Amino acid sequence: MAKVRGAVVVDNEECKGCNLCVVACPTLTLALNRNVNNKGYHYSYMENPENCTGCSNCSTVCPDSCITVYRVKVEQ
Amino acid sequence: MTVITGKINEIIKPENLVYAKSPLLNDVSMHYCPGCSHGVVHRLIAEVIDEMGIQEQTIGVSPVGCAVFAYNYIDIDWQEAAHGRAPAVATGIKRVMPEKYVFSYQGDGDLAAIGTAETFHAVNRGENIVMIFINNAIYGMTGGQMAPTTLVGQVTSTTPNGRNVDLNGYPLRITELIAQLPGAAFVTRQSVQTPAAVRKTKKAIRKAFEIQAQKKGTSFVEVVSTCSSGWKLSPVASNKWMEENMFPQYPLGDLKDTGRADPDLYKVKG
Repeated sequence: MAKVRGAVVVDNEECKGCNLCVVACPTLTLALNRNVNNKGYHYSYMENPENCTGCSNCSTVCPDSCITVYRVKVEQ
Repeated sequence: MTVITGKINEIIKPENLVYAKSPLLNDVSMHYCPGCSHGVVHRLIAEVIDEMGIQEQTIGVSPVGCAVFAYNYIDIDWQEAAHGRAPAVATGIKRVMPEKYVFSYQGDGDLAAIGTAETFHAVNRGENIVMIFINNAIYGMTGGQMAPTTLVGQVTSTTPNGRNVDLNGYPLRITELIAQLPGAAFVTRQSVQTPAAVRKTKKAIRKAFEIQAQKKGTSFVEVVSTCSSGWKLSPVASNKWMEENMFPQYPLGDLKDTGRADPDLYKVKG
């Protein structure tokens, strides 16, 4: 099991579904949701939450600053 | 160290926060298209100002172009300038209030076309300002017309068969020209398409503001950017197109980092 676990919170209404975070995610955690938000965009969400390491690559490339990242160290 | 049983709610707690939206970014949706580089650069500027603790001392000058509403997004003092005149307005602000941090934020239509004279003369005077230049090789706001920085062969709404050198001339590498001016202290070209590139750009913007504090001369940060709406590509495809086509024409890296030239070198002898 990974030494760190992470989680991201995406502001669904701010997300414009540009897909840049999905491409930047090294652990294939993120994907675009089949559902759309009120603006009609397929917002980003954690498809595989167990993969997330909290590396914050997604929030670094997000043009709309709609991703918040959390990370914890895991006891082995 | 915390024991995690796999539940997301145990991770999402304030003490585990790694990254959150900068407090300097206002709680409004940006009007930019999905995937626009402007949003990333806005965020980097907000983060740099926040980290340096200069929110109350910073004045931005916003351009005409897509970033015309920049004053809605970053919670600092702003002044809107006429088209292309942001460096001239920034000069005035900096000279009246030399203790403030002043920066201009311009696109390629504003800085490299209508504002070329103001750009060159502000840098040539070695004004202690930061100039941030977003180069996406197109006029994004008005509907994707050809800009001076448009690549040869690039299709825009005013060059439907691609930019033709005989008719439209060559792409203008304005950052190379700026680097030759003696008043320029720090001239760099960066991009924001990958996490690594974003972090490098943030360092460059921070360095530019620090050089302003040291009164070394003009700092000029070009950010090679995408315009997915103008290029008629998806944001991810735009980044790829930029890497393949823009980077050979606009190579990344620092072009000058020496500070303003010594005035004695330019003095008359007698």
